[in-house]
Amino acid sequence: MKLTLKIWREGGEFGSGKFETHQLDNVTEHMSFLEMLDVLNEDLVQQKKTPVAFEHDCREGICGTCSMVIDGHPHGPQAKTTTCQLHMRKFKDGDTITIEPFRASAFPVIKDLVVDRSSFDRIIQAGGFVSINTGQAQDANAIPIEKDTASAAFDAATCIGCGACVAACPNASAMLFTSAKVSHLAMLPQGQVEAKKRAQNMVAQMDKEGFGMCSNIGLCEAECPKGISVENIARMNAEYLSGAFSS
Amino acid sequence: MSIKLNSNIPSGPLADKWTQYRSTMNLVAPNNKRRIEVIVVGTGLAGASAASTLGELGYNVKCFTFHDSPRRAHSIAAQGGINAAKNYQNDGDSVYRLFYDTIKGGDYRSRESNVYRLAEVSRNIIDQAVAQGVPFAREYGGLLANRSFGGVQVSRTFYARGQTGQQLLIGAYQSLSRQISLGNVQMYNRHEMLDLVKVDGKARGIITRNLLTGEIERHAAHCVVLATGGYGNVYYLSTNAMQSAAWRAVRRGALMANPCYCQIHPTCIPVSGDYQSKLTLMSESLRNDGRVWVPAKQEDAKAIREGKKTALDIPEGDRDYYLERRYPAFGNLVPRDVASRAAKVACDEGLGVAPTGLAVFLDFAAAIERYGKSEAISSGIKNPSKEKITELGTAVVEAKYGNLFEMYEKITGENPYKTPMKIYPAIHYTMGGLWVDYNLETNVPGLFALGEANFSDHGANRLGASALMQGLADGYFVIPYTIGQFLSGEIRTPNIDPNSPEFAEAENAVKERLNKLVSVKGDQSVESFHRRLGKIMWDYCGMSRNADGLKSALKMVRELREEYYKDVFVPGTADEFNPELEKATRVADFMELGETMIMDALNRNESCGGHFREEYQTEGGEAKRDDENYAYVAAWEYNSWEEGPIMHKEELVFENVELKTRSYK
Ligand SMILES: Cc1cc2nc3c(=O)[nH]c(=O)nc-3n(C[C@H](O)[C@H](O)[C@H](O)COP(=O)(O)OP(=O)(O)OC[C@H]3O[C@@H](n4cnc5c(N)ncnc54)[C@H](O)[C@@H]3O)c2cc1C
Ligand code: FES
Repeated sequence: MKLTLKIWREGGEFGSGKFETHQLDNVTEHMSFLEMLDVLNEDLVQQKKTPVAFEHDCREGICGTCSMVIDGHPHGPQAKTTTCQLHMRKFKDGDTITIEPFRASAFPVIKDLVVDRSSFDRIIQAGGFVSINTGQAQDANAIPIEKDTASAAFDAATCIGCGACVAACPNASAMLFTSAKVSHLAMLPQGQVEAKKRAQNMVAQMDKEGFGMCSNIGLCEAECPKGISVENIARMNAEYLSGAFSS
Repeated sequence: MSIKLNSNIPSGPLADKWTQYRSTMNLVAPNNKRRIEVIVVGTGLAGASAASTLGELGYNVKCFTFHDSPRRAHSIAAQGGINAAKNYQNDGDSVYRLFYDTIKGGDYRSRESNVYRLAEVSRNIIDQAVAQGVPFAREYGGLLANRSFGGVQVSRTFYARGQTGQQLLIGAYQSLSRQISLGNVQMYNRHEMLDLVKVDGKARGIITRNLLTGEIERHAAHCVVLATGGYGNVYYLSTNAMQSAAWRAVRRGALMANPCYCQIHPTCIPVSGDYQSKLTLMSESLRNDGRVWVPAKQEDAKAIREGKKTALDIPEGDRDYYLERRYPAFGNLVPRDVASRAAKVACDEGLGVAPTGLAVFLDFAAAIERYGKSEAISSGIKNPSKEKITELGTAVVEAKYGNLFEMYEKITGENPYKTPMKIYPAIHYTMGGLWVDYNLETNVPGLFALGEANFSDHGANRLGASALMQGLADGYFVIPYTIGQFLSGEIRTPNIDPNSPEFAEAENAVKERLNKLVSVKGDQSVESFHRRLGKIMWDYCGMSRNADGLKSALKMVRELREEYYKDVFVPGTADEFNPELEKATRVADFMELGETMIMDALNRNESCGGHFREEYQTEGGEAKRDDENYAYVAAWEYNSWEEGPIMHKEELVFENVELKTRSYK
């Protein structure tokens, strides 16, 4: 297939940013989206031009590194799919594809499609853990956990920390990300002990990082490559409020 | 000069070694710990668990990763599970059995004492992970569920759907985050270690490049722990992501042990085109339920390759379930090396089923039917229709492997519930790695290696679900103790000065290397060299090897390396964010490492585990070991490339298991 790519370039020779257009003639449907970009970069390198900077690592949809907005959707048009798992068979010959970085003031652009998501790490550092040291654990089967509860906790824990929820949200809110961690841990007996304090601290950090407010639009869930549910936000609000009343 | 390799195995009976050793080890008092600095490179399972635990103990930890966050380490991609000798299933498992399975699975090329310790601490890992909130799969009674992996006859694998690595890494990452928030660990993201610094023979720091700015930095500490993962990416196409740091330590005198032991995973999605960047694993857990087969007749295979027939057109009688046929005792659950080679044999015989001829089927139809029938019985449906059975069975299979099936469909565009998956072996794991003793210390004092980066536990072949176990064992339960053996001698050492001549020399060497790469300004991309290197390695030092092939590969890799420094093109400069330059430094290492792997494969005149030399096989085509001459660890010392690396030997002593021909028949 033949494609036209409109790609955001920023930093270095591109200064504060602009779209650059490229034609690609040799794309096959079996390629992944990132492999298509590899081919573009290989061409650019051949022409001694600066390749497009984009981040990727596992290319298996699990590490959350491959962040970009494709035709207006974080990770592209296919539901529940990361950019690296998106394949070119989802596009048609002759398509024009627009590619931009995740945009949010808490995710500053570093170069082209690469953004700084360290704010997410700091939210986890504010309380997204169980305070237990190595060696203090009791036998793993000492506390039975209902299968469905474990499974619901897993659903929340499956977040890959990519930031698509933030990029999708008109307010650039990080509620889905934060609440997924709060719920994952709050649903399990091991995490319940600190649940209220955790919610307070993580929300405070989220605000400090400059993420926006949640106004229940729901685009975060729709664009999340792992299908993390907005129910987590309700669960976090409950923890947060009961924490606020008791403190 | 010959280096004496002392494995420092404690004396005493196998089962008591670790307990006795631990209680007699030198300790570092809390007030001294606060003064002592430790560098940990890597935040995968091994690095994150080590950094957080060392932080909890009170050491001053500086932790590095080249990723943008510690959570992105490649451990995140592990799918199938983690072993532990919990015997929760009451099926006869024990520490000894896990030890024995691992030694046997590794084809008797690992150290008994290390493996026994691994089996011992495996139980604590599960406890720790559950306490951190890792949501492992559970049964209806609320207790933990298990499944089986290849090469064993018990169910000891704990799992979190097909995302076990993700969940365990998030657990370790959370612990690490807590230590960062408490100020015990200082985290450096997007920092790549480019060199190791030795002062008076001891590891005392690293040189890093800040990947955002290109700035070269010096970091000093009392000791250095490397947990930088494996080197499977030498092959270009693999299930791994791109990384290499161990080699940088080898350049500074650490030894690389058994580099030719690479694991080829039997069930990956086959290669589909030249542009391909990555091979995707389909977890070994699928072999619990999937049956591997090829058409028995070449003409059927040909018709499938040409798209004239599909798997569904081949009647039962014309299928060859070759693993079940050749290995009735273990069937589809033979170890990885055995399953991979059997797939290659089938494809070499012209029975492959993808257009490239390089694929076999992994079929779930029988499992869907079996589960469907049992679901029908348990939900009281009498005389269920075939459709109903399929529907019920599909739901069970989906609950078990849904995310893997979905991933398969996204990549291939085919529905594996309806037609069998096509799979083929791919490079997956490297058993070789930095040589370490019982303390996980390399031959360079103060330099430790954990996780996939060391060679210690898996011999010539790793059993499924044992890498996660090893990474976490090393990080949570071994290094926190053994590091004290070294550091207890350092309590009077003041903080290491990063302004010493040794640091300056290392910094200059790094800058020179980077400048050399950006100033070639040739015509070929880094990627194209990497791809060519990978092809040579796969063709001649891959699933099966022979002396002639290896010799010619050696020559090809040397020529490629020379060409690299004449014609590679790295855009931009060394003083900026430059992903091409990052790649270029890694590929430069891979070429040297590749050469050492070939030398190792050439030296080892036997077949064992993942190392299959065509000259050494039984009549039935199985690997033929030579315990008389090769029951040793080959540890390679970096040397000038004119003379080639120098090999040192650690003889393996087996006091507790009898060396047998591995049989899964
Ligand atoms: C697809 C896949 C599936 C797998 N499934 C399983 C499974 O089901 N069960 C199982 O037991 N094993 C499995 N494995 C194997 C297992 O995941 C790995 O062996 C293990 O996770 C390695 O952990 P690690 O901590 O040693 O290294 P990694 O997780 O690879 O981490 C390496 C770390 O080092 C850092 N690093 C590397 N080089 C540098 C440098 N120069 N400077 C700074 N930082 C650096 C990286 O940033 C990263 O943080 C699987 C592997 C793959 C690829
Ligand atoms: S590269 Fe890891 S999720 Fe896409």
